[in-house]
Amino acid sequence: MKLTKNVIISRKGFQPLPSSILLKGGTIVDPLQNVNEQKDLMIENGQIVQLGRIESKNFEGDVLDCHKKVITPGWLDMHVHLREPGYEGKETVATGSLAAANGGFTGVCCMPNTAPPIDSQEIIQYIKDRSKGSLVNVYPVAAITKKREGKELAEILELVEQGAVAISDDGSPVMSAEIMRRALEYSKMCDIPVIGHEEDSTMTAGGDMNEGFVSTCQGLNGMPSVAEEIMIARDIMLAEYTDARFHVAHISTAKSVELVRQAKIKGIKVTCEVTPHHFTLIDETVRTFDTNTKMNPPLRTEVDRQALCEGLKDGTIDVIASDHAPHSFEEKEAEYIYAPFGIIGLETSLGLALSQLYHKKLISLEQLVNKFAVYPYRILNLECPEIKTGSVANLTIFDPQESWQVTPAKFLSKSANTPFANWKLKGKPFAVVNNNQIFVSVL
Amino acid sequence: MVLHSKHLLGLDGIPQKDIITILDTAKSFREVLDRPIKRLPTLQGKTVVNLFYEPSTRTRISFELAEKRLSADIVSFSASNSSVKKGETLIDTVKNIEAMKIDMVVVRHSSPGVAHLLARVLTSHIINGGDGGHEHPTQALLDMFTIRQKLGNLQGKTIALVGDISHSRVAMSNIYGLKKVGARVLVCGPSTLIPREIEKLGIEVYYNIDEIIPQVDVLNILRLQLERQREALFPSLREYHNYFGITRERLEGATKPILIMHPGPMNRGIEISSDVADSDHSVILEQVTNGVAVRMAVLYLLAGGRSETH
Ligand SMILES: [Zn+2]
Repeated sequence: MKLTKNVIISRKGFQPLPSSILLKGGTIVDPLQNVNEQKDLMIENGQIVQLGRIESKNFEGDVLDCHKKVITPGWLDMHVHLREPGYEGKETVATGSLAAANGGFTGVCCMPNTAPPIDSQEIIQYIKDRSKGSLVNVYPVAAITKKREGKELAEILELVEQGAVAISDDGSPVMSAEIMRRALEYSKMCDIPVIGHEEDSTMTAGGDMNEGFVSTCQGLNGMPSVAEEIMIARDIMLAEYTDARFHVAHISTAKSVELVRQAKIKGIKVTCEVTPHHFTLIDETVRTFDTNTKMNPPLRTEVDRQALCEGLKDGTIDVIASDHAPHSFEEKEAEYIYAPFGIIGLETSLGLALSQLYHKKLISLEQLVNKFAVYPYRILNLECPEIKTGSVANLTIFDPQESWQVTPAKFLSKSANTPFANWKLKGKPFAVVNNNQIFVSVL
Repeated sequence: MVLHSKHLLGLDGIPQKDIITILDTAKSFREVLDRPIKRLPTLQGKTVVNLFYEPSTRTRISFELAEKRLSADIVSFSASNSSVKKGETLIDTVKNIEAMKIDMVVVRHSSPGVAHLLARVLTSHIINGGDGGHEHPTQALLDMFTIRQKLGNLQGKTIALVGDISHSRVAMSNIYGLKKVGARVLVCGPSTLIPREIEKLGIEVYYNIDEIIPQVDVLNILRLQLERQREALFPSLREYHNYFGITRERLEGATKPILIMHPGPMNRGIEISSDVADSDHSVILEQVTNGVAVRMAVLYLLAGGRSETH
């Protein structure tokens, strides 16, 4: 028996999967197969060929020891800023994909606020070319409107034909109800969701943090929670009126969760996602003036944070997505009002979700896999990977019990703007398998 | 006398003891200002840098005079806006200045938290000369000094901050400081200029000036930022003056003499009428004189009475 010599040792980028590899001793959790049990898993040429108890004694290939590890269908982070083209100093498709793999993801959706934005077939093709041959699948989200200006619809049918999996003007709201209505109507022809960055910008202009007691104390301009809720209420009504599919990006307030909950009860086609930082942190942390507490939507109050946890628990919130937003050190190490919004998240998402949700008994491992894999794939109308014989091996492997310290020096993202440096988390990415490649996490 | 704090970043994070120490120390410096020779050798050999990233005349002159009267070597640096200029970051600028061997930095900036940022990256003592809408501790200390000078003490006194409260660093530092020494603090202004949940700081909120005038010992009238009208926070200067301006007629509702204060610069005829500003109850110019004494006290205490516990 060879003890994983190729697999474990090489930690420089994605490695080709050995032609025959046995994942030994792991617990398979696949809600689509209704499976949660210890099983060995044999992969040949990137395909799952055998599941169950497999003796390694006479096995000739590589063995990856997966004792204490959980093996699930590969995770998809449906809200990531890869920054390419235009802001390659912050992140590239290559570095963002490495960060994704390091954090336990085999797929990411990249948001269209690039320069130029993802509003043409050429840019979609460019991103696809940049990610060719990667372990991590990159699914572009195209702009709703040309140049993300909120004025004229982008050529949505062409963009979808080229590979866009959803449309969003993320980073900016669609302020015109008329444009949003037409986008929803139009999107029905290609069965993609419209993803809303929900913020009435007439109320948030010049804001740096959540409006409330802490913004009063800090003397920072506030971004009121109602600015988000107004837009979610509007877009839920438009989704109902048009019978289209609407997805709320990075939901952050208690009333927003309630709006989505009620809309779902009425049968409106609305889904939503939350970021790990919104279910972990609150606006009180802004008291440090650390610019890694500055993001949009802003960190809200404890009441909001608890409502987000409740929404995750009762299923109102479908998806956990990081809103990975890389910025360079010198941009973030600035005066609070001049620092850009956003933090990175790909490499802390899994650890935070396990620490804050699973270990606090808010959600089970199955629910976790639903929110990180099954539901994002379903919302985007993509096939979710499955763990069964005959399927392509697209796997996320993690240790739910391992404690570790977040060390930004180990991140593979080009940026390190995180408020979670030095945090102790329980639950750590171990490895990902996809596209006949493997990557073992170096966190 | 020594301070427990290494810096003066705000009155929120500073112990009550330090506030009292500064006010007591300022008293002796205030006497020095009435002498024919106003210079003391206290800070000889110390270097103070004044970094003003926001235009300011009076605060800057007040700090510079305080420094000169303590015989410090001083350098002043003005820049309209740090991030507008391409290239060097604020942190690089201040690290470069500190590399020239300095002891103290006075900083004013339009972003909340800049004094805290400097305290994190530099080893010098930092004095916050006003950070955006956050804090302006020396202004609040000179206000408290003036009230103490005129009314004997601060405990149990009722002080109203009037007008443009939202994003007023003067209001915030006054609230933190006055609450720490046991004063009763009211704020009064248009509801659109009072920030959310400010009552959680243990103060009372009013929207009608005539309701507070019979209750107060001090009216601290804040400068109205005129650009607020464009932000739709109030409809017109006329209406503002009619409902919130402090006038002689309005003061007739008083049941005892009221100390009239203003941090300056005043918009005469808007938040305060000239007959009030120039009346016997007005201590507005004395605030300015006291400002030098209070800043001398802060500089002296931070330089000499350094505590190693931080
Ligand atoms: Zn967004």
